[in-house]
Amino acid sequence: MASTETTEGKHGGGDLAGLEAGLDALDSKAADERPPLGRLLLSKLVPPLVAVALVLAVWQLAYWAEVKPDYILPSPLDVWGAIEKMWLDGVLLGYIWTSVSRGILGFAIAIAVGTPLGLLVARVKVVRAAIGPILTGLQSLPSIAWVPAALIWFGLTDTAIFAVVLLGAVPSIANGIVAGVDQIPPLYLRAGRTLGARGLTAVRHILLPAALPGYLAGLKQGWAFSWRSLMAAELIVTSAKLGTGLGQLMEGFRALQNMSGVLATIILILLVGVAIDLLFFSPLERRVLRSRGLLARNG
Amino acid sequence: MATTLNKPDATTTAAAPASEPAVRLDGVSKSFGRPGRSQLVLDGISLDVAPGEFVTLLGASGCGKSTLLNLVAGLDAPTSGTITVPGGRPALMFQEHALFPWLSAGKNIELALRLRGVPKAGRRPEAERLLELVRLKGSYGKRVHELSGGMRQRVALARALAQDSRLLLMDEPFAALDAITRDVLHEELTRIWSETGVSVLFVTHNVREAVRLAQRVVLLSSRPGRIARTWEVDIAQPRRIEDAEVSALSLDITEQLRGEIRRHGQH
Repeated sequence: MASTETTEGKHGGGDLAGLEAGLDALDSKAADERPPLGRLLLSKLVPPLVAVALVLAVWQLAYWAEVKPDYILPSPLDVWGAIEKMWLDGVLLGYIWTSVSRGILGFAIAIAVGTPLGLLVARVKVVRAAIGPILTGLQSLPSIAWVPAALIWFGLTDTAIFAVVLLGAVPSIANGIVAGVDQIPPLYLRAGRTLGARGLTAVRHILLPAALPGYLAGLKQGWAFSWRSLMAAELIVTSAKLGTGLGQLMEGFRALQNMSGVLATIILILLVGVAIDLLFFSPLERRVLRSRGLLARNG
Repeated sequence: MATTLNKPDATTTAAAPASEPAVRLDGVSKSFGRPGRSQLVLDGISLDVAPGEFVTLLGASGCGKSTLLNLVAGLDAPTSGTITVPGGRPALMFQEHALFPWLSAGKNIELALRLRGVPKAGRRPEAERLLELVRLKGSYGKRVHELSGGMRQRVALARALAQDSRLLLMDEPFAALDAITRDVLHEELTRIWSETGVSVLFVTHNVREAVRLAQRVVLLSSRPGRIARTWEVDIAQPRRIEDAEVSALSLDITEQLRGEIRRHGQH
């Protein structure tokens, strides 16, 4: 039926190419300009610093006004002194590292368990119907509720601590990947299928990369849950056999009625959580979103 | 055959082409919904696309054009009838570019090559060659969001061509583009089609576009989709959408299309 003359090719390709180049140039967006570093620091760094300064000021005022006796409400300087003392004694980094290494190890195991679990829930209808609601429910269960059970199962051991971390973090990581997969535009899956991606190949080349933004959000939340669960576990699972993490440190200060030490530890726990988010998760998330054009640079 | 040909000189070629068609649809019907309460979307579509032929499927909303392409692409199965695609899995291009935003333009093409089984060493050069074919040399590392609408569709075309299929299905690929860009892409598609010799089944609701591109225009009626009429387009390429011959035939087809649409308002 291809009887009509079609392939004459007498058309001058040059002017079409030129026209097209012009269109491309007109239509393409100019490259994002990075705002100057000074302005970036000013807009990103100053507001939180001012907020912290305000909190410290109110605290200091409350101390001066003697709202409570100083063994209940120590001054910011007292708390700073407690941190400084641990630093000078050379034990501060040890406490932090004990907790952070536990947190990272527990988080890594939670990823290894939560990711395949989440994929199963996302892609297999029966599995979703069966354990989807349980996962969501587990996410709202305070992880400290697992501590007594973990103590009975595993005694005063590291295993008990990791069990609590896992039970806290796995549901949120699994739910993260479920949300990530659910958010994938169906068009990508269709396009993948027409390109010949089936089964595990489709999971690897289409499903996982497409779900990555949601997955990262889940990981970020999973880390927060890991860290929270870890602190809950460390507060209760204290034993001379176990290393002293921040939770155990705080429990020690509480036993001594050392309020400065307790507040200092709270601040350390907060700082570690914020630091891991700021140094690791936020840059990673921004990078992924920006490379997909999902994040406009707002200077 | 349900087709009627208005060009008498074309009837001879319509009878049993010597070579195997790029795709053969034989009495294809499709209905959606539960049995008993189902809705018939496509009704007895029989259509051959010859190797190297460019066919446009034209119809108003609800004629099942996209459903038909999905069936040919193997994304869905017909309720009855058979679809034969001797050349294997057809390539499919969508109205949305459907490029993967986590990959660069070049890597999108390489993924298609990889899924086709092209060894690693050959992928990069082949992707560069295809980008050059769609006149996007130098865009290998560009991210999807850095490309204009027209450029994205050209990368999508290159990715479809990377499947090295003998049949290219296109589902209103230029509908979302501005008129100037669409015009340019028509020229590009015509050029690439004649250079590669690929068979094209192109779905559109734009009559002029259908006439501008095709060797044969197939008009589908709506609800259910049936082949209402077929036109051979004997206008020499390269054509322009403004050409008088294109306009004249478009007018004729538009009248038919309006007639088809009007029938739905009468009951």
